[in-house]
Amino acid sequence: MSQWRAYASRLSLSDVNRRGAPPAGIVFTSGRTESNNLSLLGRAPILTRRSIITTAIEHASVRLPIERMVEDGWTLRTLPVDGGGLVALDEFRCVLDDQIGMVSVAWANNEIGALQPVWEMAQVCRSRGVRFHSDAAQAVGKIPVRIDGIDLLSMSAHKIGGPQGVGALFVGRDIELRPLQLGGGQERGRRAGTENVAAIVGMGEACRLARIELAACGEAWVAMRDRLWARLQAVGGVRCNGPLAGPSLPNTLNVSFAGVRGEALVAGLDLEGVAASSGSACAAGAGEPSHVLLALGRSQDEARDGVRFSFGVTNSLRDVERIAEATAKVVGRIRATHRGVG
Amino acid sequence: MQPRAGERVVVAMSGGVDSSVAAALLVEAGFDVVGISMRLWGESSASGCCSLDDFLDARRVASQLRIPYYVMDFRDTFKRAVVDPFVEEYGIGRTPNPCVLCNQAVKFSSFWDRARELGAEWLATGHYARIVRDDATGSAQLWASRDASKDQSYFLFGVDRTVLERSLFPVGDLPKAVVREHAKRLGMAVADKPESQEICFAPKGDYASFVERHARRQAAAGVVVDREGKVLAQHDGVHRFTIGQRRGLGISASEPLYVTEIDAAAQRVRVGSRAEIVATGLVATRVNWLQPLLPSVGGSFQVKIRSRFAPVEVTLERATEQEFAALAPQGLAAVTPGQAAVLYDRERVVGGGWIERALH
Repeated sequence: MSQWRAYASRLSLSDVNRRGAPPAGIVFTSGRTESNNLSLLGRAPILTRRSIITTAIEHASVRLPIERMVEDGWTLRTLPVDGGGLVALDEFRCVLDDQIGMVSVAWANNEIGALQPVWEMAQVCRSRGVRFHSDAAQAVGKIPVRIDGIDLLSMSAHKIGGPQGVGALFVGRDIELRPLQLGGGQERGRRAGTENVAAIVGMGEACRLARIELAACGEAWVAMRDRLWARLQAVGGVRCNGPLAGPSLPNTLNVSFAGVRGEALVAGLDLEGVAASSGSACAAGAGEPSHVLLALGRSQDEARDGVRFSFGVTNSLRDVERIAEATAKVVGRIRATHRGVG
Repeated sequence: MQPRAGERVVVAMSGGVDSSVAAALLVEAGFDVVGISMRLWGESSASGCCSLDDFLDARRVASQLRIPYYVMDFRDTFKRAVVDPFVEEYGIGRTPNPCVLCNQAVKFSSFWDRARELGAEWLATGHYARIVRDDATGSAQLWASRDASKDQSYFLFGVDRTVLERSLFPVGDLPKAVVREHAKRLGMAVADKPESQEICFAPKGDYASFVERHARRQAAAGVVVDREGKVLAQHDGVHRFTIGQRRGLGISASEPLYVTEIDAAAQRVRVGSRAEIVATGLVATRVNWLQPLLPSVGGSFQVKIRSRFAPVEVTLERATEQEFAALAPQGLAAVTPGQAAVLYDRERVVGGGWIERALH
């Protein structure tokens, strides 16, 4: 029974890909972090061309495995991003020489929502015989994610409302992986250990729902984000961190208000019943400038003070009004405090 | 101005029992309480301040009290206003007091600004001291806690009067045992947490190696001399000494020797008898008065020149907005430049300043 269920969720996971990934191409993992580690550190020992291309705005679970590879003698080429967080394809083509063994570029950036041209990059890679990995944790469920042509693709269940601690790595045909954990022959020998069946079933259901929700919400999110940006501009002294007019997640808006500490704005909004997040959401990282915003060319203060609004399936345009009002109130109060009239 | 139920109070929560009970008492009194922990220093240690364990303790208390709780970053301010001067002062032969500076420049300054950004009317901490308010004028006075063994009013002399008016010390007049009873009554896991007495950013109280790690110039070795200038010993840097210090001098002598003078320019530490560390008075600068008018010259007050010293009777010799001089007929032992000199009128804090020099 449970095996059947796990298999069923393999099928619904593959539904994320409209064309359908073959079930054999999925490795269930503990989440995006493990999927990224397996993609990078599980490929590195196999490859003879030991240079890797990535961007300056990757998640820590891509950055740190690559740092490990560099310690082991790999050469890193970091693609810069423009002020909106996008890489340039032309530049990518130039950097992709015959030293490159691997490319890893996140589909959607978790902080600012910038969407990279991953299909085009994957095509370029394919034409040059280089494998392409993409961390799609932030893209799945927010935009249609088709994986054809992408050799390795990571995702987490909790980013689409599924259980925490489970994820998947989509592995293209004929991609060899050296497993990071050894033991039984689960996942076709690519990831030993008993599968977390209950969580996998939950992920399968989350994928099924995400597809329905995406169809229903995708356009609405764009309208909500654009409205919110218009309303925040009316507050004044605000800058968008992300590709304002370019390709970006429909539900994500990252902004910095001049003279307003990100953590103060997030706390003030929380007290008003609005859950936004600052660049680094964990307690240990409080007050650190975001490496993503720094890569966009923002100042230390701006990079520390980015605040991210993201919509979910339960939000509506009415919420946008509430969020905008709360933001105007909190930003106004913070600025007044420093003018000495608070 | 008196605090009224329903008004927003930001409580500085360290994860310790005092600020936890302070928050709980405010919740019980009907305030709109918001808990904030300050991240002050980056070198996180298992113990000491700003460890993740402390934040977790504070977060647990906040969730038990059902109040919003945030961790906020004050590392820049703390480094600039507290740690840098701390290191610098030791380098020039003075003995700084970072806790007083932290209250003055961080907790009751930047932190209060942050609280106001969040719409707070009041700022609360777990300090042991009393605030006595005058309903007519709205002004506030700082009084020592009645439990002299716990009193922290010494550390609070530098708080700006306008901020003091907006401050609350909910446990300020309770004996520690009663605070712990409250914590037990409330089922708080922190009820039996040990006290922190050390300088929070110097692990295990080892401030000397902290200063050596952070000083811009490497500490220079020097000599320990007696009153006549005879060299008695070598030392590794003047930052390892404070006025009145007896232990760790590395000298065996027939009578106990005390540090009487630190000459940082010459890297020379002078020692002498107990009688030689007794001064007749002191001069304090960068004064903060906690009353609207200057205290009267010639008046009798008590002065505390170290947090754990008993107050000593003095006569005020001079008082301006910036400095004061006080004379002690019975003498003042170990007047230490860099420490705070806090003037009391019995239990009330009149004001205080930073000791500039001893008078002999």
